[in-house]
Amino acid sequence: MTTQEVRLCGLLLQEHFGNVVEKVGTHLIRSGVLTLRALAHETKLPLDLVKKSLCVLVQHGMCTFGAGRRGPAGPVEYRINCEHVFHMLRYPRYIYTAKSLYGDTGELIVEEILQRGHMTMSSTVKTVADRLTHNMPEGQSMDYSEVVSVFSQLVETHFLQRCPPLASAGSSSSGAVDTPLPVATQPTEPESHPDCYKLPYINLTGQGKRRRSSEDGEADQCCGDDDGIYWQVNFQRFHLHFRDQAIISAVSCKLDQSSSEIVRTMLRMSEVTTPAHAAFTQALSANEIFRALLSSYNIARPILDQYLSLLVDDPMEFVGKTGDSGGGMYVVNLHRALANLARATLESVVQERFGSRSARIFRLLLRKRHLEQKQVEDFAMIPAKEAKDMLYKLLSENLVQLQEIPKTPDYAPSRTFYLYTVNQLPTARLLLQHCYKTVGNLIERRLYETKENKRLLEKSQRIEAILASLQATGAEAAQLTEVEEMITVPERQQLESLRHHINKLDSSENQVDETIFLLKSYINSTQASL
Amino acid sequence: MAGSRGRGRSQFSFSVDALGFGRGDCLPSSAHTPSPLYPPMQFRPVPLHTGEEVDYMLALKQELRASSKNLPFHIKAARTKTDVARYSDKYQNGETKNNCIEWSPDWSRMPKELCIKVRKPRKTVIGAKPQLTRKPKAAAGKEEVLQKLEKREEEQHSEEEEDEEKKKQNEEEPDADEDYDEEELEDETDYIMSYFDNGEDFGADSEDNMDEAVY
Repeated sequence: MTTQEVRLCGLLLQEHFGNVVEKVGTHLIRSGVLTLRALAHETKLPLDLVKKSLCVLVQHGMCTFGAGRRGPAGPVEYRINCEHVFHMLRYPRYIYTAKSLYGDTGELIVEEILQRGHMTMSSTVKTVADRLTHNMPEGQSMDYSEVVSVFSQLVETHFLQRCPPLASAGSSSSGAVDTPLPVATQPTEPESHPDCYKLPYINLTGQGKRRRSSEDGEADQCCGDDDGIYWQVNFQRFHLHFRDQAIISAVSCKLDQSSSEIVRTMLRMSEVTTPAHAAFTQALSANEIFRALLSSYNIARPILDQYLSLLVDDPMEFVGKTGDSGGGMYVVNLHRALANLARATLESVVQERFGSRSARIFRLLLRKRHLEQKQVEDFAMIPAKEAKDMLYKLLSENLVQLQEIPKTPDYAPSRTFYLYTVNQLPTARLLLQHCYKTVGNLIERRLYETKENKRLLEKSQRIEAILASLQATGAEAAQLTEVEEMITVPERQQLESLRHHINKLDSSENQVDETIFLLKSYINSTQASL
Repeated sequence: MAGSRGRGRSQFSFSVDALGFGRGDCLPSSAHTPSPLYPPMQFRPVPLHTGEEVDYMLALKQELRASSKNLPFHIKAARTKTDVARYSDKYQNGETKNNCIEWSPDWSRMPKELCIKVRKPRKTVIGAKPQLTRKPKAAAGKEEVLQKLEKREEEQHSEEEEDEEKKKQNEEEPDADEDYDEEELEDETDYIMSYFDNGEDFGADSEDNMDEAVY
């Protein structure tokens, strides 16, 4: 865990769960694994608060627990899953994807499950139906069956999965009452469970209720037929979806809309057959692709063949040809596409930071691997002095490395080749750390801005509350304007600029997160293929 | 990385041509201070993405942030009473206590040592009130319990300020109702609880992030 990652985890935990959980979480990340007592002792927090924080973290899947070093008889040890904490940054994107695929119902289902960590199907359906009913006009209400159908669609396409059952690694002592040993349980991988995507058979009929009618508050207090079967969001599936989206948009940018549609069809066909970490999709024949193409795209068979050969010949190598049977067997090269996308990101970063000529040098070094100072100047067609300057600048930023090749066993500088080189993977990791630092800075700046203007924000909220209540009771326009004028014009301007800044900071966070996703997928793909 | 470049000797032992600068050229001056905290940028950054998708995700992000502060997962340490014990403490709205948890997790999925008392949500008589009288009561209740509802109003009004369609619009209204009822019917006093302000809140919020405005 790097410093920047720990810092970002802390900020995200604080934003969502408060200071206490942040303290507990960051300490646990820094220490690796700890027992409950050690954690409480080291953070100097009351034991109950530590227990509550751990409950929250376990509920959301960010903390795992297991039998400690002393075996099943010893105290339980806890560990934080940092990747899961970073997913919190991406929640809006998951929810938006669910909305674009399954409409408002899907959006609300995913939102509820994300906010609560994991939920049973019945409680999710009830809560979502109530929320939808609340926004419908009077007299209408949302039927449970509609929500259930959207839920089952989400499960079928693997966007939701069951929480893995806990396999008990040890047995609790049967007789001892005075010192009950904690049952050391270890959650298993969700996919290894055979019923991972099986919907429970529950009889759920009814309609969403408006909150005004008499009803007990907590929806998950009601015990349904599916107690104990919890559902969580399958982040990996969402990530595969984002990856596919990135590839499709890259193809449409590089070539044209029709080729991107062809790639979209190919990816859709191989959704279920391709395992998560595969380097390329299953081979698809051109005949199959033609049959699967939607008629709305209006692509004739010979045109399809031309497009496919164009895609294969493209230097980005999104699509590859693996055989000639069935009109040609084609695959989508997933890992290579990710590598190319990551490379494009790196080049774009260098270009925006150091100018297009430095970017030219960077691209040159990426392609030609090792070059001497003189060769860089010649190939890039940049005057020597400026080329030297740019190279040293890139070197100081660690984007370019220097490789020594000695001619003699003593590394005498006059008899050594000094070659400049760029390694894509370490540079991608470096950039990923920069991204984490960036998001941390953005969050801190936003907190600072909010704190600076706290008084003004509170005042404006009070005024709005008064306005709202006045309007509800039907006050006259004069009264409303009088209340509105309590905020002076310069204060209004200040509020407006504050809102603008915070929107900008939030938007930047979302955008940096897209880069984080791309770089992380690339790095994971290189590790998977090892 | 730069390898054995001269090792501080004044006589350079390598051919300077290989590194690209002439003999007489002055080397760039070495840095005497750490680099500035906000170095001037050579190139302006590219503007952010815009569009409907971006705006919607921005709105979602802000909404999630606001609503997560109201969920029971947002853990606040119980405030330690520093002053003398006051009579109104008995009638104060139940603040969070350290030793109970506000939601009921599935204890079978958690290690036994984390088991903690679940605080029953204090929802008192609700069903008796007829539906029709709720709305004006809620409005009157809102005006009077302005202080207490600040947190919930934040959520409501951060939505109003945004341009996108929102899903939860009046979620606090029923909460306000129940809060209102809870206060009124609590402990048989004739007075509305929010009228008691023993001044503890004044100045005590400086470290607390509880009332931090969320945008």
